[in-house]
Amino acid sequence: MKIVVCIKQVPDTTEVKINPETNTLVREGVESIINPFDMYAIEEGLRIKERLNGEVVALCMGPPQAEAALKEALSLGCDGAVLLTDRSFAGADTLATAYTLSRGIKSIKDVDLIICGKQAIDGDTAQVGPGIAEMLDLPCITYVGKVEEIDDKHIKAYRMMEGGYNVIEASVPCLITVVKEINEPRLPSLRGKMNAMKAQITKWSAADIACEVDRIGQMGSPTWVRKIFAPPKREKGMIFKGEPPDTVGGLLSALKDKGVL
Amino acid sequence: MINYGFTEQQIMIRDLARQIAQEKVVPVRAELDEKGEFPREIVKLLADSDLFRVFIPEEYGGLGGGALDLCIVTEELSKACAGVAVSYAASALGTLPLALFGSDEQKKKYMPDIASGKKLAAFGLTEPNAGSDAGGIETTARKDGSEYVLNGNKIFITNGGEAEIYTVIAMTNRGKGARGASAFIVDKGTKGFDFGKEENKMGIRASATRELIFDECRIPADNLIGREGMGFIVAMRTFDNSRPGIGAQAVGIAQGALDEAVRYATQRVQFGQPVSSFQAIRHMIADMATKIEAARTLVYYAARLVDSGAKNMSKFSAMAKLFSSDMAMEVTTNAVQIFGGYGYMREYPAEKYMRDAKITQIYEGTNQVQRDVIGLEVIKESKRNSR
Ligand SMILES: Cc1cc2nc3c(=O)[nH]c(=O)nc-3n(C[C@H](O)[C@H](O)[C@H](O)COP(=O)(O)OP(=O)(O)OC[C@H]3O[C@@H](n4cnc5c(N)ncnc54)[C@H](O)[C@@H]3O)c2cc1C
Repeated sequence: MKIVVCIKQVPDTTEVKINPETNTLVREGVESIINPFDMYAIEEGLRIKERLNGEVVALCMGPPQAEAALKEALSLGCDGAVLLTDRSFAGADTLATAYTLSRGIKSIKDVDLIICGKQAIDGDTAQVGPGIAEMLDLPCITYVGKVEEIDDKHIKAYRMMEGGYNVIEASVPCLITVVKEINEPRLPSLRGKMNAMKAQITKWSAADIACEVDRIGQMGSPTWVRKIFAPPKREKGMIFKGEPPDTVGGLLSALKDKGVL
Repeated sequence: MINYGFTEQQIMIRDLARQIAQEKVVPVRAELDEKGEFPREIVKLLADSDLFRVFIPEEYGGLGGGALDLCIVTEELSKACAGVAVSYAASALGTLPLALFGSDEQKKKYMPDIASGKKLAAFGLTEPNAGSDAGGIETTARKDGSEYVLNGNKIFITNGGEAEIYTVIAMTNRGKGARGASAFIVDKGTKGFDFGKEENKMGIRASATRELIFDECRIPADNLIGREGMGFIVAMRTFDNSRPGIGAQAVGIAQGALDEAVRYATQRVQFGQPVSSFQAIRHMIADMATKIEAARTLVYYAARLVDSGAKNMSKFSAMAKLFSSDMAMEVTTNAVQIFGGYGYMREYPAEKYMRDAKITQIYEGTNQVQRDVIGLEVIKESKRNSR
């Protein structure tokens, strides 16, 4: 089984600062890590490989520094790593990113399973995974919390919903995006890290993956960010302590005050 | 970050050990301590991360590092929990007699499983009537054809019961005194080899400390390490190599305690300001940090001497162990002081560091014994130089 795990390098903080003038993330001085959800994707890829044999290739689109993320993926046990890096990839939105990654996957060839994290913590869109599936015309199962069965023909997985899950079957090749309930990512090993240090990362430019130039980077990105702002903090809830007969009255009048009832 | 002249590989080892210590050990250490529970899951994590390979030669499945690499891991683990750290380090201690004096066959047979962490090792010297006076051991090994027959008890053995591989010192010829001892490898599960009392300890409670009981225990003669009569040479050389590791434990414990104390001191407000703003506290922190750094330097230096193959490093090993452990006792006591009354409570980590620090002044030779080793060596050198 040939598995591709798509990983993104992101700033190591959930409280990313935003430059108010450009409305973009301030990345300077912030350590870069593999998007935490992608760590679950890597782990799931490795587990499936350990069960079925095959190989796991980590794929990343990013600047040359993103090589560090791929090296980390290798140190965890991935067999190969591909970095899509080209100035013309810069400024990509989710559509252009999904397109570029799909071209990368095409170039890796004969891929059976693509695993993505459910979303990246710096963008939180959750669009790239399904976008890739769409462009490759593959079935897609999002928010996977458990892969129950998988072989080279089909997959059965749990898609996590609020308060439950759907059991979904699809044919393979396919794409899944995973949530953090799916596994507990392993730690790297020293020998893995040493091998990763020596390993060569495959680097592909736009030309290497035969991209249509108007579908990548800024050119291929219809998204226009008008304004980025931090959402207002959620107010603290009210708690009515005591036995229901004594507290229901208070609850009702609070709901009436808020205009809910 | 200061890297102390570490190689790239050593930095990698440190960072990985630190990650495991902080992410996996810190969250469970209070529970392990409270229950006195052996950290099997963490040992598995250490094994999967190749950390047991750092002190094993490459040809036997290791990464070819030595005393310094071992010290680096031990220090990081000790910052989080010395009980976990000693369970790890005792496997290296139990391996040393083999590494230093074992035959190629013995190494091939035992070391790969120690390197992978599949098996833990332990070292058995101490007996009820033979602590500091190791020459007083009463466990005997009687040659009988192609076997040795062991009889006697070892106490206070770290990893006792948990380890699969035991290196044990026993008397093969009582008449010869110190020259009558020999070192052996005993596998767990050998008939006549059993475990006795499990100790309930003041500190390093996550580690297992247990009695070994040999009752007509027959082992193949091939399990003799080195030659008959070399037992105490094996033991002393083992300690020369391992004592910097106790120093590293002490440095880690002290650093962990200081880190917690500084964090607390900047948050705890009295008289309208954080207690870290009082000079009395700040100077205490300064002294603690300075002494830790002095000890660390001595530990790394002693470990590098060991790794360089230097012959006369007994003195430096003993100094590293002595200075660091006395330092750790002082620093952890002061950490409790900085925490005030909260430092005395189990809910805060300070008191555990203080309980854990104490053992470093006792095992692998009490600090009185270390001073004897150092004093004797210094006087010998003086005599040699004045000749
Ligand atoms: C938690 C723990 C783990 C241990 N793990 C191991 C292990 O894995 N393997 C192993 O073999 N042993 C182990 N030991 C044993 C340890 O090494 C001994 O406890 C230590 O060497 C001291 O021996 P003792 O306890 O018999 O003390 P004693 O030798 O009885 O000493 C009592 C006191 O007298 C002092 N003293 C003794 N002789 C002299 C002297 N000549 N001059 C000055 N002062 C002296 C000592 O310093 C001490 O203060 C462990 C002990 C503990 C507590």
